[in-house]
Amino acid sequence: MRSEATLGLKIAAVAGLLFLHLPILLIFVYAFTTEDRSYQWPPPGLTLQWFGVTWNRPDVWEALGLSLRVAAVSTLIALVLGTLCAAAVARSRFFGREAVSLLVILPIALPGIITGISLRSAFSLADIPFSFWTIVLGHATFCIVVVYNNAVARFRRTSGSLIEASMDLGATYFQTFRHVILPNIATALLAGGMLAFALSFDEVIVTTFTAGQQQTLPIWMLEELVRPRQRPVTNVVAMVVVLVTFLPILGAYYLTRGTETVAGQGK
Amino acid sequence: MAAEPAVAFRSVARHYGPVRAVDDLTLDIGEGEFFALLGPSGSGKTTCLRLIAGFERPTTGTIALFGKDATGLPPYRRPVNTVFQDYALFPHLSVEDNVAYGLMIAGEGRAARRRKAGEALEMVALGGYGMRKPAELSGGQRQRVALARALVLQPQVLLLDEPLGALDLKLREQMQGELKALQRRLGITFVFVTHDQGEALSMSDRIAVFDKGRVQQVGSPEAVYDRPETPFVADFVGASNVLPAAMVARLTGRAAPGSLRPEAIRLGTGEMRARVTERAFLGSATRVELDADGTELTALVPKGHAVPEVGEEVRLGWDPAALHVMEGAHG
Repeated sequence: MRSEATLGLKIAAVAGLLFLHLPILLIFVYAFTTEDRSYQWPPPGLTLQWFGVTWNRPDVWEALGLSLRVAAVSTLIALVLGTLCAAAVARSRFFGREAVSLLVILPIALPGIITGISLRSAFSLADIPFSFWTIVLGHATFCIVVVYNNAVARFRRTSGSLIEASMDLGATYFQTFRHVILPNIATALLAGGMLAFALSFDEVIVTTFTAGQQQTLPIWMLEELVRPRQRPVTNVVAMVVVLVTFLPILGAYYLTRGTETVAGQGK
Repeated sequence: MAAEPAVAFRSVARHYGPVRAVDDLTLDIGEGEFFALLGPSGSGKTTCLRLIAGFERPTTGTIALFGKDATGLPPYRRPVNTVFQDYALFPHLSVEDNVAYGLMIAGEGRAARRRKAGEALEMVALGGYGMRKPAELSGGQRQRVALARALVLQPQVLLLDEPLGALDLKLREQMQGELKALQRRLGITFVFVTHDQGEALSMSDRIAVFDKGRVQQVGSPEAVYDRPETPFVADFVGASNVLPAAMVARLTGRAAPGSLRPEAIRLGTGEMRARVTERAFLGSATRVELDADGTELTALVPKGHAVPEVGEEVRLGWDPAALHVMEGAHG
């Protein structure tokens, strides 16, 4: 039975959605404002000049490049380790399996600040200087979780007899992986990888503790807000960040939607 | 030279920790046989099949295929193929690609693959279904695809794990006939696992009855049905009456448990007396539960014969030849 929503409920819903999304639109609007010191409403005038200014700022390019490289490498590491871990947990029984499963998921439940502080003190204890790799390591902790969660769900839905069937038909372990396992988990990996990439790309807290003097894009933006200099540049960059993170998440959503028939057929 | 058996188990055991899934199994399955592994769930029959396929390794003992030791061979190096209980069709591949999978792995060319897969699908009456996805097929059709996929590689032994378990009764009976006909035409060894004694009796050349990881009896359907060697076989195959050794001793002078088929008991005449405790109409016959001095007996009264009421005292008897004394079994 469908029931008609009351007027009050409709208004509340619209108000809720506006509250969630209007601020994001404001960010976009301020990217075009002619005023560069404070965010004044309504904008005194509209201009496209900030896009050009942003384009010519080397610090933006540096931060963007670092963020993209960190996100790419973290995602890659997460894809390999997350998939292996998911395969082990979903496919075999061993002592401490549930504990491993919990420990892998823990970093995403743990506040980022805890992860950050603990990594920082670990790095200083081990005398590891901050570098590209310390950031990647920090990001990989939560990127693995996303990949793992996606992969483990798919592994569980994929009938175990598929692997046996493949080997029964003459395929070696490697051939089975390439022709049966990979096609069945590919969309889950793609979705997990995209989410991991998006998470890494806009991560601030863990990065603050593991980056040292380096600036990823979110950290650069944070610094930029403190110094009121060509403020709309931040808004232009914010638009780019929204696009770069939103598109993969949208893609992941469409990829994992309606995949009930992809795996776990048979019963 | 006598032909080597298709499958030869020699003192094979498979233990999972303290659980003895298969214990001390020595068994020969001949070439071209339709061989059933029959038993309740957990009896070790499926483990036995998986040992032949190579998914399990024996804890002790050896397995030979056509006289060649196969104990340590991985599944992909054995001349056997399996039809899985849940069919295990690859969901991401079309029906044709499913059937051609083994050929692709073996390195056959595209044209040969298509031709052979097409022929295999024709053989199971699924010609023209090649482009569909497994998800678009019914249970019976999926089962045929699984069959075609296993047979296209021309295995020397075909293993079937409860192949008809997921099908409804009508389809199951039809597939029983088709499997039997297929096996006769191909002439290869079929080893199939089932918990359905009717299926095992009607389809197989020989049956091995499993209980608790051990083979209770190996023999033709007639032998297993008419001359069960243990009380378990008597009860599991055809729900026979197991008479206690004392009663058999009184009747025949031989002190061992006896097996008596329900349809062999005649009500109305005979030496023994019993009270009717229950009756159930089955269609072609009526099942009557009897209590003869503390021994529970089941009789089948064919349609058209008088059926006594519950609580009634009746006389009963049987042809002495129908009572099979299980000499080898204990009390």
